[in-house]
Amino acid sequence: MTSIVTRRELVLAAIIVAMALLIGLRTPVFLTLNNILFVVTDTSVLIMMALAQMTVILTRGIDLSVAANLALTGMLVALLSHAHPGLPIPIIMLVAMAIGGGLGLVNGLLVAGLGIPPIVVTLGTMSIYRGAIFVVAGGAWLTSKDMTDAFLAFPKAEFAGLSSLTLVAAAVTIGFFVLMTLTRTGRNLYAVGGNPVAARYCGVSLPKLQVLVYTLTGTISGLAGYLWVARFGIAYADIAAGYELTVIASCVIGGVSIAGGIGSVPGTVLGALFLGVVANALPLINVSPFWQMAISGAVILAAVIVNTRSEWRPRKLILREARRAAAGGQK
Amino acid sequence: MSITPDVQPGGGEYADPILRLSGVSKRFPGVRALEGMRLDLYAGHTTALVGENGAGKSTLVKILTGIYTPDTGTLVVAGKECEIHSPRDAWADGITAIHQEPVMFDDLSVAENIFMGHMPVTRRGLIDWTTLVGRTNELLHRIEADFSAKTPLKRLGVAQKHMVEIARALSHDARIVIMDEPTAALSAREIDDLFRIIADLKSQGRAILFISHKFDEIFRVADRWTCLRDGHHVGEGLISETTEDDLVKLMVGRSIDQVFPKRHVVIGEPVLQVEGLSNATEYADISFTLHRGEILGFYGLVGAGRSEAMQGLMGISPPTQGTIRINAKRAAIFAPADAIDAGIAYVPEDRQIQGAVTPLGIRENMSLASLGKIAGKGGFVDTHKELARTRDLGAKLAVKAAHWDQKLMELSGGNQQKVVIAKWLATKPQILILDEPTKGIDIGSKAAVHAIMADLAAEGLGIILISSELPEVMGMSDRVVVMAEGRIARVFDRAGATPEKIVSIATGGSA
Repeated sequence: MTSIVTRRELVLAAIIVAMALLIGLRTPVFLTLNNILFVVTDTSVLIMMALAQMTVILTRGIDLSVAANLALTGMLVALLSHAHPGLPIPIIMLVAMAIGGGLGLVNGLLVAGLGIPPIVVTLGTMSIYRGAIFVVAGGAWLTSKDMTDAFLAFPKAEFAGLSSLTLVAAAVTIGFFVLMTLTRTGRNLYAVGGNPVAARYCGVSLPKLQVLVYTLTGTISGLAGYLWVARFGIAYADIAAGYELTVIASCVIGGVSIAGGIGSVPGTVLGALFLGVVANALPLINVSPFWQMAISGAVILAAVIVNTRSEWRPRKLILREARRAAAGGQK
Repeated sequence: MSITPDVQPGGGEYADPILRLSGVSKRFPGVRALEGMRLDLYAGHTTALVGENGAGKSTLVKILTGIYTPDTGTLVVAGKECEIHSPRDAWADGITAIHQEPVMFDDLSVAENIFMGHMPVTRRGLIDWTTLVGRTNELLHRIEADFSAKTPLKRLGVAQKHMVEIARALSHDARIVIMDEPTAALSAREIDDLFRIIADLKSQGRAILFISHKFDEIFRVADRWTCLRDGHHVGEGLISETTEDDLVKLMVGRSIDQVFPKRHVVIGEPVLQVEGLSNATEYADISFTLHRGEILGFYGLVGAGRSEAMQGLMGISPPTQGTIRINAKRAAIFAPADAIDAGIAYVPEDRQIQGAVTPLGIRENMSLASLGKIAGKGGFVDTHKELARTRDLGAKLAVKAAHWDQKLMELSGGNQQKVVIAKWLATKPQILILDEPTKGIDIGSKAAVHAIMADLAAEGLGIILISSELPEVMGMSDRVVVMAEGRIARVFDRAGATPEKIVSIATGGSA
């Protein structure tokens, strides 16, 4: 078996721990158990979304419509719950996943069936889904007043000291880990991204996998839509605006190669946690909100540079040795 | 017959060469592409460069055009020693090349294509469109082209694109023009046009290096010849003093000194019968029978349609006509998965592109084509079974690696090839198609691959070996199918095959 974490992931984990300790030196409250649990809860949605996005990026694709899907599905289930206050929460969550999955399926069919580049397809559906929020809600905002208590309660519920958000994210993480490491489908995803031609020669169908991964990102976005709207008690057209970039950044920081074929579940979870720590730490150490975006951007770049460096080193060595061996052989 | 490998230009007919390449060697990891190569080109003369596939012709062209830098050797152009490190250096020395497949910019105009990299500019550094279009039209007029400077390239046909390449060569005012299989994509009439242009270039005192596999063209257009074999210069002389037979002998004239581990195997029942396999453009009317335990060699020039026909068989680009029978039962193959199910395995020519998934490990690569066989209910991969099988196959093929999860990008070419072969053996095929299985791997790995082939044939597999290396095809095959221009030209028995006959048939002769 491959070891579960790679060198690269250890480096990233070390960076996260070091960062947390540094912040803890200035603001000891950051390292309390409660705060750590809060950071994880706050990052849960990002972890789920990043894992789904990872499967798309593995196939050399990208899904820009995830945040718009989240906002649209969130609005739709909020409207549904408003219209039918008696609906149990598990049903609401299933409906959210079905709607999100349907929206993702549209992306998948356009990418796989018509062969349109994923960035173009999802750029288009991103605008369509955002625009649709105005249409379905008639331009209105839904606030916690419009939502039932049960609808609002789930994300705040706790089981055995862990928030429901954390537990959902943990379940999703385990699901993706099993999918990527133990199943045929997971193996095929790495193969189509690593070498599409070779995969085709082996009878692996790229279009089928594309439909699958875009539907999967859609489903997770839909689930995240309910969780997001219920957690913050508000639904309107601009929630999670630009969030797709945070999701993609988590993947990249976590070592998912934009060129496809490389990426892991632990890496992606760490990538999301890294961003979660940065987002939660900056306000605590009194960084002005004006600087927060620039700082988190710079930290992202730094992390990616450090991370890719740690990947390069061994390969370069091998090349150098090979060159030396070749030169030696010539004499 | 007498071949003097060292004919020096004598008498008053030839002046000093305008280009003299000497002692040029170029190595790639594990391969010696050129060794002590030399080449002379003369102003106003066409020199034909002849040699088998893989003899080093393309490497030589790439050295002359600055794409590769040689490890050793000197280049003298017009009496001055030059070093060529980039295409720009080559132009500066007056060398330009017309490639087999035109490398051009489809969305730009003819003029922009011709002057890409050396556009005329005004004093302010902007592109001087007036001069650009004027000079382009002048060039096009000179070669009697039937299109204008502003035509978008994508509206031109293949032959017209070749004219653009020629115009580009002329735009450099090149003293030396290299033509690498320029007629490959041309019709007879277009070839006549090309030869007219060559005559014109010669009369202007330019030196031409002409590379072609077709002897009729060489004898029509060339004044001199230089022959390469296995990266070595093996002879040169005047075309008027040689014959096709002599050149073929010189091209293939090595003794088959490699020892091939071909074993005596009892040939069994037919396992694969192909009849009338055709597609629209690449191959037509391919019919052959492969038996259990047989190694069937496919020889032909690059572009003869061998790989394409096999890809049709594999369902990668399904054929438009023809029937495929496996064990006397008709097989319907529309996608690679159908072929794998029917028991066909195809180890493609280009490992990097079509075979190895380099970011993945050995274990994962080996399982890729046979996950169905080791995945249980719900599509879960049985990793214990997988690892056991990886060990077995890895040991059988003697894959050298630190551990079974080592990434393919960290392995040598020979070991990558073994992993790709193992991947296909894991599907438990009845028919194994090996497309150039030893291309670009070192001698040791080559011998290992040959030994594996012999073992597999002894186990009763039917093997198709596509190879451009004549000794390999002749040394390993029970029968040799020779393809030319998309068709099967001749099938030789092991006893009846000679290098001369095979090459002659492959180059379109009728010996």
